[in-house]
Amino acid sequence: MKKKRVVKRPKSRREFLKYAASGMAGMLIVTLMPKPSWAQRIHQIEEMKHVPDWMDHYYAYVVDTTKCIGCGACVRACKRENNTPDGYFRTWVERYQITDTGHVYIDSPNGGHESFPPKDVEGNVLKGFFVPKLCNHCRNTPCTQVCPVNASYETPQGVVLVDKEICIGCGYCVQACPYDTRYIDPRTHTADKCTWCYHRITKGLAPACVTVCPTKARIFGDLKEKKSEVREIIESQRVMVLKPELNTEPYCFYIGLDRAVR
Amino acid sequence: MIYTEFSFPNDSHIIWSLMIVTYPFISGIMAGAFSIAALYFVFGMENLKPVSRFSLLVSFSFLVCATLPLLNHLGHPERALNVIIMPNHRSAIGGFGYIYNIFLVILALTLWFSYREDVIRAAEAAGGLKKKILTFMLLWNLGKDDDTRDVDRRLVFILTAIGIPSMAVLSGYVGFLFGSLKSNPWWSTPLMPFVFFVSGIMSGLALVLLLYLYLGWYGYLEKSYKCLRTLSALLWFSTALYIILEGVELLYFYYESSDAWFVISTLLLTKLKYSFFVLQLGIGLGVAFILLSAMFALKLEEPSFAKMAAVASIYILFEVWMMRWNIVIGGQLFSKSYVGFRDFHPGWMEKEGILVAIIFTVLPLVVLFMVTRFLGVRPSGDESAQIDNPGVNTDEELP
Ligand code: SF4
Ligand code: SF4
Repeated sequence: MKKKRVVKRPKSRREFLKYAASGMAGMLIVTLMPKPSWAQRIHQIEEMKHVPDWMDHYYAYVVDTTKCIGCGACVRACKRENNTPDGYFRTWVERYQITDTGHVYIDSPNGGHESFPPKDVEGNVLKGFFVPKLCNHCRNTPCTQVCPVNASYETPQGVVLVDKEICIGCGYCVQACPYDTRYIDPRTHTADKCTWCYHRITKGLAPACVTVCPTKARIFGDLKEKKSEVREIIESQRVMVLKPELNTEPYCFYIGLDRAVR
Repeated sequence: MIYTEFSFPNDSHIIWSLMIVTYPFISGIMAGAFSIAALYFVFGMENLKPVSRFSLLVSFSFLVCATLPLLNHLGHPERALNVIIMPNHRSAIGGFGYIYNIFLVILALTLWFSYREDVIRAAEAAGGLKKKILTFMLLWNLGKDDDTRDVDRRLVFILTAIGIPSMAVLSGYVGFLFGSLKSNPWWSTPLMPFVFFVSGIMSGLALVLLLYLYLGWYGYLEKSYKCLRTLSALLWFSTALYIILEGVELLYFYYESSDAWFVISTLLLTKLKYSFFVLQLGIGLGVAFILLSAMFALKLEEPSFAKMAAVASIYILFEVWMMRWNIVIGGQLFSKSYVGFRDFHPGWMEKEGILVAIIFTVLPLVVLFMVTRFLGVRPSGDESAQIDNPGVNTDEELP
């Protein structure tokens, strides 16, 4: 007959497991507790309630590359409005020069902040144009997807923002954005990017870059508004987005985008 | 169209620096060392007995240090707990806190049960504060009768078995972080988690082998030629697997010849020419694999076998570190315009510089030394209470 094994379990070990279990339960409760980020966001939403229908919008942005003259007014306005650090850009302008030698010359000296001095190229320029760039406020955003702490998020109006109080500065979103529109702000050590001037648009104003563009190459508006210019353009013209193969669903649309554009 | 060089203006800075090279190196060693313990405790590879518990210690020492480079890298390390208390479940890093902690608990418990008798002996021999701490660590349970031993043995089996998937997830995970980024063609491949996992196993095996040769020599671990041969064979096997994975990956990139290949080939032929082809593949992988193959092909006997195994292990560790560098840094040496490149020269004294990286890489060994001292791990002659493998051990059948 087999001897029945009696295993004495010391009381202390059982107690240890009990404590461990309660510790884990405690962790779970902390995880499920309302997050400060939400509390903060609700507070912000409450604050904004005095602006009529400020939430009832769905924004989009159109860049008409055929109109951009590379003056850099938008880059300067953005820097002033948002106090971006030197060497980092929420928006910038690229110059493309395609020559008869088959070369594509691209440059963006200081993001186009001081406009574009002439640049020597090999051969004759067949076509040349400027392409303003900014955060595309994608719908299928790789940047908010990867943020481990929900510091990057999308507002109901279709604006992608960063909560600097929560951001841990891991840089994952910077790596994930295929358009390089994000950077880690060296002053705050948190992620930063174009907000479509969220502080302005929620008050019914246009983003700074749109306001200053002398040729109306930058257009911003509400897709919910039937007569808005952006809606009309997107519905009636042939528009394109950057890197469509990545399926990020940008809400920044381009008119006259050339195949050379990176 | 021939593009001349152009980088996006925000692309002038390397964001993931040496710390992000160091983390996968450390976590890879952690996984490799744990797999040795798993092979013995769960799969009954009797030959690995002399290093089985020791590799748990190695794994643990590297695991507890693994988060340091990550914390140092964060812009706001004081907010690191946000990852656990407000995780984004869609984020690949979102689960990190949980996976890491689960594995840490499993590993700590496995260690606790497998070294319990050693700690009891150390507690009995110690006095004062150390005795109190050790007794507390044992939860005042100083029993070492057969029944308790039996429970310990079974628990080690169960915990190690649970540990295997957690370890695999934790080490392959970092590969997923890179592999899932569609923004970066050098990273974005489904093979990435496997490449990280297998190379991690290689580095863990190599380090344990090196430490085993050293400690076996000084009598701290039971000297066994069989164990050394098994470790070397496993190292050969994982290296061969790694060569296949790397080869397949490169072949795919080349054969698909998409936009990605344009930037990858330029990267490999310019910025990574030396570090990838010469240092990683040539000196690291090539030499190590030739040495490992030669050891078996030439049927070397013990002293030369051990010497070559040691040299090969050093080369493997170098290879794995270079692989981390080439992936992490290499992936940031080109702009997302895919037509612009840049350089990276880490400084010695920076926050994420070379010195700090060296400290973080060596620190787990210091922890290992302290833990072995503290737990009272003694020369193998004294290890009468070495835990046997429940899967293999049949001589303790109950009446
Ligand atoms: S452009 Fe980049 S930062 Fe902006 S929403 Fe898209 S992925 Fe995010
Ligand atoms: S840097 Fe900040 S916003 Fe970006 S992923 Fe990390 S925590 Fe999120």
